[in-house]
Amino acid sequence: MIFATTGSQMPFDRLIRVVDEWAATHPEKKIVAQIGVTDLVPANLETRTTMPPSEFAQLVADAELVVGHAGMGTILTAFRHGTPVLVLPRRGDLQETRNDHQFATARRLADRPGLHVALDEASLLAALDRLSGCDRPEPIPPHASDELIDFIRGFVQGHREGSTPNTPS
Amino acid sequence: MSRLTTRNTRPRILAVASGGGHWVQLMRLRPAFEDADVTYVTVQATSKEDVPETSTFLVVPDATRWDRFRLVRMALRLFWIVLRSRPDVVISTGAAPGYFALRFGRWLGARTMWIDSIANAEELSMSATRIRPHATMVLSQWEDVAERTGVEYHGAVL
Repeated sequence: MIFATTGSQMPFDRLIRVVDEWAATHPEKKIVAQIGVTDLVPANLETRTTMPPSEFAQLVADAELVVGHAGMGTILTAFRHGTPVLVLPRRGDLQETRNDHQFATARRLADRPGLHVALDEASLLAALDRLSGCDRPEPIPPHASDELIDFIRGFVQGHREGSTPNTPS
Repeated sequence: MSRLTTRNTRPRILAVASGGGHWVQLMRLRPAFEDADVTYVTVQATSKEDVPETSTFLVVPDATRWDRFRLVRMALRLFWIVLRSRPDVVISTGAAPGYFALRFGRWLGARTMWIDSIANAEELSMSATRIRPHATMVLSQWEDVAERTGVEYHGAVL
């Protein structure tokens, strides 16, 4: 099963159209698509508008490939479940998001195992051919880096140290 | 007397994020909140299933910066939440709800931390830039962005 998703914030018709087009020539593939609130009616996809996080995570975990925008919810969830993820960055000039920051995100994360970037619709279509059934990357741990966790914990507990006297050990 | 009971020395945290990637990043920080009483705030009711039962979970109306009416409703609701929960620490990974929570938290004496989304790989987000003068601590998840902008870097959610 391939899971296509536009993320929780807004639709991404340009992405879904390409996946729908690819699906037309691959009727043997089951494709589930979370497409957001949109007028687009894909002919070849099983669609949903939105879904709760647990169901989203389950579909990501079950999929052989996730196809989405270069949003961190999509990318981190795919990394967490060791599912290859193919992303098409949203374009600011098409009002798909506020600016081109998804290109920067995609570029800087492109060397992470399991992340595949398509910069336009033609390369997305080609990548779909190449990637369905590709190898799964190693899942990432469930939590942030130890460095970040420790720093935040120190900040949080700084209050305790500041408000109560140190007790001798 | 109160100092002898752990309960009274546990810091109160207000942990705030909007939906999607901001929420997913906040969830990856959960181990940092052990030994604290946490109130989670986000925009989607279904996100409740991600937080431990021992924590409080609250929802605020969603809004983008283009929708002023909904932004005001979000701000009012967050003001009420900050007033009621009296946090020692307010932490956010973005975006609009975090901005309001940090502003109001600071007014009421909380220490505040903004962790800019890892999606902001080349420059700080607009929310980070706006909250910066009012926050105790602003982190970027990219070392070079932190260096260039003068905020701190202490690792990333990834």
